[in-house]
Amino acid sequence: MARLTPANEERARQLIALYPHHRSALIPILHILQGQDGYLSEDGMHHVGELLGLTAAEVRGTATFYDMFHVEPVGKYVVAVCTNIACMLQGAYELLEAAEDQLGIAPGGTTPDGMFTLEDAECLALCGNAPCATVNWRFFGDLDPERFAQLTEDLRAGRLDAEVPPHGVLSRVDRNVGLRAAGQSVHGAGGPPVPARSGQNSASPEPLAVEPDADGGQPAGPHDAGVELRTTLSTTAVIAHEGGRGLDRTGTRTTAAPDGRNPQGSADSQGSTDSQGQE
Amino acid sequence: MTQRVELTRKDRPYTPPYVTQSAVGTSPPNPPATGETVTFTLDGQERTAAKGTLIITAADEAGVYIPRFCYHPRMKPVGMCRMCLVEVTGPRGATLMPACYNPVADGMVISTTSEMTKKAQDGVLEFLLVNHPLDCPVCDKGGECPLQDQTLAYGPGESRFVEEKRHWDKPIPLSTLVYLDRERCIQCGRCVRFADEVAGDPLIDFAERGDTTEVATFPTEPYADYFSGNVVQICPVGALTAKPYRFRARPWDLEQVESTCTSCSVGCRVAAQASSDELTRYIGVDADPVNWGWLCDKGRFDFQAVNSPERLRAPMIRQGDELVEVSWPEALAAAADGLAAAARIGDGDQVAVIGGSRLPNEDAYAWAKLARLALRTDHVDAQLGDGLPAETVLGLPKATIDQAAAAPVVITLCGDIKEELPVLYLRLRDAAQKGQAIIELSPSNTGMTRYSAASLRYRPGQAAALVRSVLAGEVPEVSALLDAAAGKAAGGPAVVVVLGRPSLAETGESVAEAARALAGLEGVAFLSGLRRSNVHGALDMGLAPGVLPGRVGLDQGREWYSQHWGGELPAAKGLDTAGILEAATHGRIGGLVLLGADPLTDFPDGGAALRGIAQARFVVAVDTFLTDSVRKADVVLPAATYAERRGTFTNLEGRVSRLGQIVTSPGSAWPDWMIAVELAARMGHDFGWSSLEDIWAEIEAVSPLHAGVSYDLLSSREGRDGVPVPLGAGGALRIARRLDPMADPGIQSTEAHLISPTEFFGAGAGRLSAFSDAPAEAATGPGGDEAEPASAANAPTPETPAESASESGPDTAPPAESPDGPRPAMLAAPAAGPATASSSAPADTGELLLVSGRTLWDGGTALAHSPSLAGLHPAPTARIHPDDVARLELTAGAAVRVSTARGSLDLPVTVDPSLAPGTVAVTFNLPGASAASLIDSRSECTAVTLSVVPARSVDSVGGSGE
Repeated sequence: MARLTPANEERARQLIALYPHHRSALIPILHILQGQDGYLSEDGMHHVGELLGLTAAEVRGTATFYDMFHVEPVGKYVVAVCTNIACMLQGAYELLEAAEDQLGIAPGGTTPDGMFTLEDAECLALCGNAPCATVNWRFFGDLDPERFAQLTEDLRAGRLDAEVPPHGVLSRVDRNVGLRAAGQSVHGAGGPPVPARSGQNSASPEPLAVEPDADGGQPAGPHDAGVELRTTLSTTAVIAHEGGRGLDRTGTRTTAAPDGRNPQGSADSQGSTDSQGQE
Repeated sequence: MTQRVELTRKDRPYTPPYVTQSAVGTSPPNPPATGETVTFTLDGQERTAAKGTLIITAADEAGVYIPRFCYHPRMKPVGMCRMCLVEVTGPRGATLMPACYNPVADGMVISTTSEMTKKAQDGVLEFLLVNHPLDCPVCDKGGECPLQDQTLAYGPGESRFVEEKRHWDKPIPLSTLVYLDRERCIQCGRCVRFADEVAGDPLIDFAERGDTTEVATFPTEPYADYFSGNVVQICPVGALTAKPYRFRARPWDLEQVESTCTSCSVGCRVAAQASSDELTRYIGVDADPVNWGWLCDKGRFDFQAVNSPERLRAPMIRQGDELVEVSWPEALAAAADGLAAAARIGDGDQVAVIGGSRLPNEDAYAWAKLARLALRTDHVDAQLGDGLPAETVLGLPKATIDQAAAAPVVITLCGDIKEELPVLYLRLRDAAQKGQAIIELSPSNTGMTRYSAASLRYRPGQAAALVRSVLAGEVPEVSALLDAAAGKAAGGPAVVVVLGRPSLAETGESVAEAARALAGLEGVAFLSGLRRSNVHGALDMGLAPGVLPGRVGLDQGREWYSQHWGGELPAAKGLDTAGILEAATHGRIGGLVLLGADPLTDFPDGGAALRGIAQARFVVAVDTFLTDSVRKADVVLPAATYAERRGTFTNLEGRVSRLGQIVTSPGSAWPDWMIAVELAARMGHDFGWSSLEDIWAEIEAVSPLHAGVSYDLLSSREGRDGVPVPLGAGGALRIARRLDPMADPGIQSTEAHLISPTEFFGAGAGRLSAFSDAPAEAATGPGGDEAEPASAANAPTPETPAESASESGPDTAPPAESPDGPRPAMLAAPAAGPATASSSAPADTGELLLVSGRTLWDGGTALAHSPSLAGLHPAPTARIHPDDVARLELTAGAAVRVSTARGSLDLPVTVDPSLAPGTVAVTFNLPGASAASLIDSRSECTAVTLSVVPARSVDSVGGSGE
């Protein structure tokens, strides 16, 4: 685990070029680092500090403020079980206890095989599908001990690889910093040159002509930064796993799994609290 | 209208000790300069203040204390702790505002005592104490703790919090010097902000969040900063403590005296605190013109050397190979006889005095007089070969630190300021942050480089050539800065040159030549960058060849001083340290006095020092430790050091300030001036002094530099922060002010010391009965308002010393023969060199040249005897430019043999692209491997050769010099 790879360092430099103050790019770059290693290694934080002109203590200070950054190694999958009130009423404590038993670890711990890190979390904003959990920030609702076992088994077997990337990968959306002309950064002298885009599905029109920036210090607004989206998944899609309710990949609510294996349990019998009841 | 209840606060009889008149009557360091004022009401009284003044500052000025934790007047306000909430009624009604974050505005009605304010204070303190352990009885801060004091004065008295408080491992070391007890922390951020804003090395920051927030370093990077001790001092609770002080004393058991730090030549004001006759700590005092309350860690912690059990305790005489303890009379007789014998023989065999920077001014004067009169020699030199020619230092137009900080352009031609003069670094860094342009001329990167507008490299010996090319406009960026400077100078000098020795492996003369060229700049003034303790006091008092006390040349002052001293002065200018050692090597020095000097360690050319001391026939050492040089002496006289004796100190600006005594010397060590007096008496000269007052009265009477600078003036509120000499240099004196009453806890009690110079200076009780408690009256400086500074120096009026003498009463009258006629003129600026590119720019011969600068943590005596600091020095390396590394096929980290004509060292290679190509940098005086074994002080610069050391011996990297 170490410093940013050359490719990631290049992405970091592109991010730095977006902001009038280098340190504004700190959090986006930390996400790149965490995406690379799964957590923020000491060498990596040093490297980020070097890129931004910050001390490692400052980088770590910011990183530790945010729960989604990990400065210690974690499992391939970080499973956060919500214990806030909506989930608690729906059996979150029992779910968490079952998760601890099944994985053999307490919240904060990592399984010996390095697959799972278990966390207890406050509200994850999926109260409609309580009790819920996230795996690497992907949502799984309407969980119970059995479904949780199924979920971890599927994760272990790689059956969910398409939906759940290893920990640290924030999204599969690559945002390429736009150029207004090849070889010219958005800041003029402020940042490194970025290679011209080659994407076919470019969401923006042809590169704009360069308008020399007298001050050289103005940040690029969204209007002049080309954004290229190359993805099939968004991080916010709620995954209806194996019969749970939720949103499918297109954002449509689902009520039952395609195979009809709708469990007898809690969700349907008592779960007319949200969309179902309104239908 | 909002109802406001003005409390009588009967229920709060306690007032924090620092809420005294000394805590107020101040203004912030950078008051808004718009000239506009606003009118507001504070606790029912209408007041005005400059527009932009913070409420808390305006209240301080009005004598109204608003409790605070996070606010520090030397740092940006952040409004984090909420302790300073006050009720403010403005256009939008009554509301609570943090006084440290909001400026006063027209029509504002502020109440610091209303029910609303009181409730806010209660609530904030109750909150701050929720997780505070209340372990005051075992806390080092207990008794001087702002949290404790302000809770007593403004707090609710009890807490509703009954839950478990948070617990942490404790203490955790942030560095080897600073320890953190996290449960006591109130997250005010003073330490974190200091590290970032003031020191510029944010190695600590807040980590985590909520109730797990903590001040933390990066796990692999301790808070190893030169200024880390300051966070301990400004911590308003007991969270940060310094290892040298932890559990050593309770504040109420400490005695203290205000003094001046003598670790380098900046002269930071300190309070020296002691318990049971042992120094326990130094606290930085907020002296506006000097250190702003900050100290470096060396200055703060090397007091441990004073307490060292290895201090010299008794005089010793050589008997065969051994030094054996003897009585003072025996030792003095031996020293006097040996030196007198050498002095009698005359020209072929003379006495020489090396050192003197350790001595306070009075002692330096005594030794300068002893050398000229009794030892009949002008071979006296305080600079030990690492300074500059005395005429250059003394003669160039001088700037103060304030003037340097205010100048639009500062040129540094000196050693690494961060390493050698750390608090000056803080002042210049602050100025650079505020827009000053620093132009650095140096052989390698320094701590100042990152704040410099331009950093120019030169090869050893080429400083003058670089300066000439800069002045000839060959560096357009620098020329633009210099051109713009003249227009921006606001009254002071447009350009200030910090002048010192960038490298010990080139001659001081080559730097002096560059300085003379720089003296041709318009509006230029010089701030000396010589680093060693009281070296400027020693120079001002005549401990330099060809210089008599008061910056007077030997020839110009011969008549004056022979008349007033009553004896004949040496006929010709003497030798400097290099010359003395050379002469000694050839057997021409019959008696050598080492006055707190250790040439074997400190003289750049270690080989020359070794030969010189070995060949000197009779060596007397006056010192505090048994250094390498002292071991070779024939007579050893133990000296009292700082905090063990009173006196005065002269800093690099020429600022004279007081030194206080708080402990007694070990064994029978004497102050240096007493040793001089006793030796003089044994050699037939009666100096007639029985106290420091006697010596100072003579200095004041005869030195053109010190006319009017009386002990009374130095003890007054105007002189408390020191008085630049000559009187009036650096502008009018200001009343010393205390900006942050919490930053120097307990200092208010030194005010009591201050009140009576009789008490402070000890001798002659009742003699200064005219002195009253009223500070304004105390400012007796001859002619209370010094209006014409420069003239006082150049044409000193005879009545000036006479007047102060008559005030002092008959007991300490200055020499009866009061000065006849004008005092001798002081040294003037040397002629400016040609400001054009000279043809003498030496050709680059392609050979490798040695660069040797100093580092703060080196092998110096004080550090070696301070247990907390002794292990902090960096590992020695040879820093080499990447081009040379590649050319010579060296490997980073592998050992290389650095050889010169003088010796060689095996050192690991560090690649340093900041060097000029063709130079090799080896730090001076690191334990185990000093560049002193490499440097040839007789040549302009030292050529080196590099060779790869066989891998076999890599692990034994270290010194293998002569």
